[in-house]
Amino acid sequence: MSATFDPIAPRPAPVKTEGVVPWLRRNLFSNWKNTLTTLVALGVLAYLLPGLSDWLLFKAVFQRDAEVCQAARGTGACWGVVAEKYRLIIFGRYPLEEQWRPEVATILLVGLLAVSCVRAFWKRWLIAVWAVVVPLFFVLMYGGVAGLPVVETDRWGGLPLTIMLASFSIILAFPLSVLVALGRRSNLPAIRTVCVVYVELIRGVPLISVLFMASFMFPLFMPQGLTIDVLLRVLAGITLFAAAYMAEIVRGGLQAIPKGQVEAAQSLGLTYWQTQRKIVLPQALAMVVPGIMNNFISIFKDTSLVTIVSLYELTGSLGIALNSDADWRPFKIEGYLFITAIYFAFCFAMSRYSLWVEKQLNKSKRR
Amino acid sequence: MTDHIITFDKVNKWYGNDFHVLRDIHLQVRRGERIVICGPSGSGKSTLIRCINRLEEHQEGHIVVDGTELTDDIKAIEKIRREVGMVFQQFNLFPHLTVLENLTLAPTWVGKMPKREAEERAMQQLKRVRIAEQAQKYPLQLSGGQQQRVAIARALCLTPKIMLFDEPTSALDPEMIKEVLDVMIELAGQGITMLCVTHEMGFAKAVADRVIFMDQGQIVEQNTPHEFFDNPKSERTRDFLSKILGH
Repeated sequence: MSATFDPIAPRPAPVKTEGVVPWLRRNLFSNWKNTLTTLVALGVLAYLLPGLSDWLLFKAVFQRDAEVCQAARGTGACWGVVAEKYRLIIFGRYPLEEQWRPEVATILLVGLLAVSCVRAFWKRWLIAVWAVVVPLFFVLMYGGVAGLPVVETDRWGGLPLTIMLASFSIILAFPLSVLVALGRRSNLPAIRTVCVVYVELIRGVPLISVLFMASFMFPLFMPQGLTIDVLLRVLAGITLFAAAYMAEIVRGGLQAIPKGQVEAAQSLGLTYWQTQRKIVLPQALAMVVPGIMNNFISIFKDTSLVTIVSLYELTGSLGIALNSDADWRPFKIEGYLFITAIYFAFCFAMSRYSLWVEKQLNKSKRR
Repeated sequence: MTDHIITFDKVNKWYGNDFHVLRDIHLQVRRGERIVICGPSGSGKSTLIRCINRLEEHQEGHIVVDGTELTDDIKAIEKIRREVGMVFQQFNLFPHLTVLENLTLAPTWVGKMPKREAEERAMQQLKRVRIAEQAQKYPLQLSGGQQQRVAIARALCLTPKIMLFDEPTSALDPEMIKEVLDVMIELAGQGITMLCVTHEMGFAKAVADRVIFMDQGQIVEQNTPHEFFDNPKSERTRDFLSKILGH
């Protein structure tokens, strides 16, 4: 006698698991502790929201009138300060009549960065576009050709400077960090030592002192008559600083790659560089995307430290804009909220992009 | 003397200062010969075959593979690696590449083959191991047995003269061992030189020209499978065989 196998027919789940009510029940009211937390949070919001929205919007002053703003102090925000000073905040000390140049240059650069983030555009022509846009950026900013008046780098400022410093130091630091991470794992003692010393030395000092050295000490060691622009020195300083941190993140990824992967690649006759490029780095970097993006975001915000060496990027130019004008000086909070929104927009975009990258890279792990 | 494709001449190797893993190894492998290497764990059998494509370095003696001696010369090593395919216990497929990309990687980058040709050749190899329909999947989406067959196909894509198998079935579920062994048996019938570290004694009896038994870094005994299993010479071999065939 043999038993026949009758599979059980699939049935729908007994309790609804999709939709708004199940979501609320699952996430906000799943037990008495969560219910209590939800109610307390709602209470806090109900207490804070009216005052906050009044200050931010309903009682805020949008006119460019310092006296009206002064009258509304304490009850409503003064967005007039932004309307009055936004050019100075965004472009810093760049000459007013030439400000279309950083505007165009920055839009080009940000546009190209955005395009470069999309995989469909990773073609050869993209390199050519970069080779055009980067020099164009500096020509527009500096001038001196085609009738554009020269604007010295110490007049550059505001958001264009922030974006320029952040994007170039990120773009330069990333490959450098990969090389340093590989170098720290090299079989050659000389290369290993150089990389270890570099990472430990840079990690051991704050960014501010690196910037100080780049800006004030470095010129002392240069032969007479030869000067490198302060902007380039600062850019190099941020790049070296960021690369040291990133190298350690990348090294963490490299260490997570099983030895068998390298052995398999070697057994197929791949050279060291082919193995790193095709097998090790794609897997190692995919693992450390969150850490790397963390670092990118912190570089973006760390550029605000260059104020210390008299380069007025976004945060610095806000200071210039408000401190020089006694009428508007009291409304610093509104000014800071304005640049906070700008910083947030860029950082949030970067963090969203990193999630998208992770999703792309995880395709091979999906079952 | 050209009929010897691999020659070990008094090869010694140590791990660190104390662990003498290979001791005075003499071994000559004829072209087309199929060899099974067995022995207890830690006896140096994996190390022995990993020396052939220089995944391990030996410290004394000479190893000559297809007329090229293994030294620090990286170019010579890469040349030999192109002629020697290897299959690992843990498959070691590249998880970020599809099955097809796993197979075309070496032919396109090492063999400088055009992509189309490499893909055609890869599909042939995948058919050979009966897994062509999985070409676009990623390795982790396959079962262990399927992964190991892909690994064999990958090693074959450079048309190697020698195939090394390092315990190819030890990480597999019992149900999947047979599908991998079938592929290996088929391969053994096609004249390629094979060195296989395995405890599958059925495989050894079916295809091996010679069985080598190693213990404590030495070759204790080597013979035809018939003589080896029916008439082992040393006490150590008898002891080992009674343990692995006993159940």
